[in-house]
Amino acid sequence: MIYNVQIKVMPLKDLLDPQGKAVLGGLKNLGINTVSDVRVGKHITLEINAASEAEAKTIAEEASKKLLANPVMEFFEIEMVN
Amino acid sequence: MKFGVVVFPGSNCDRDMQDALQHDLNKEVIMLWHKNKSLEGLSTNDCIVLPGGFSYGDYLRCGAIARFSPMMQSVIEFANKGGKVLGVCNGFQILCESGLLPGVLLQNAHQQFVCKNIFIKNEVTGALKIPVAHGDGRYFANDNLLNELQKNNQIIFNYCDENGNINTASNPNGAARNIAGIRNKTGNVFGMMPHPERATSKTLNNIDGIKVFEYLGLN
Repeated sequence: MIYNVQIKVMPLKDLLDPQGKAVLGGLKNLGINTVSDVRVGKHITLEINAASEAEAKTIAEEASKKLLANPVMEFFEIEMVN
Repeated sequence: MKFGVVVFPGSNCDRDMQDALQHDLNKEVIMLWHKNKSLEGLSTNDCIVLPGGFSYGDYLRCGAIARFSPMMQSVIEFANKGGKVLGVCNGFQILCESGLLPGVLLQNAHQQFVCKNIFIKNEVTGALKIPVAHGDGRYFANDNLLNELQKNNQIIFNYCDENGNINTASNPNGAARNIAGIRNKTGNVFGMMPHPERATSKTLNNIDGIKVFEYLGLN
């Protein structure tokens, strides 16, 4: 069965995120002054062919740990869609 | 000592490195294509260089995808057997992603690509003028690891000013403790953001890069 998995990858909370800072500057230029912080991460969707949801989740975790996120700078959250 | 220079899709300093090693340092150079695994012609007395550029378009994270290329599996094996490996710029990022060096390189703190001559030093070389060209060169590791790097003498270069003062003003990217380059514990894997291969020719009015290769024992 095909499982749809969504993975959120974000920079670690105490790390400076220059991209977020640049976007915050853009929002201010746009006239939106009520936003106090922006952080930019990645949203990755996987279609995983697996026998069970548990197996699909294990595969998604392995993919996240080994390639999709780097634990020195990022954390990830996995969401099973179906 | 012979050199192997790995060519990834998106490498753009591979020919500069080849030219500097062949013509300025008089070394034999073998170009290594990322899809191959063979290190034929190289022994662990030689050195493999991961050049600068934008391997795999910097997709996902700089160096993250190059780390899984067939050639990198051979390079990791080569390094674990004691062969010397030098990563410059994107090569440094690949070494960090592959776990051959600790820490990571983050986007420059000031959000800009930085392309200029800067100064780096250690206690042996003093201040050297070397060009940098990167958008993601902010070395980062947690405090424990940074202390360990310092204690084990693994920091090979710090950013400094032309008089050798290590301070915030001379840090081009916001790197932790002005770190420009590090080596592994066993001292055979080196990574640095500045480009020594762009400063090895009198025609270019700068041969400080030769002192970098000499300091690393790659001569």
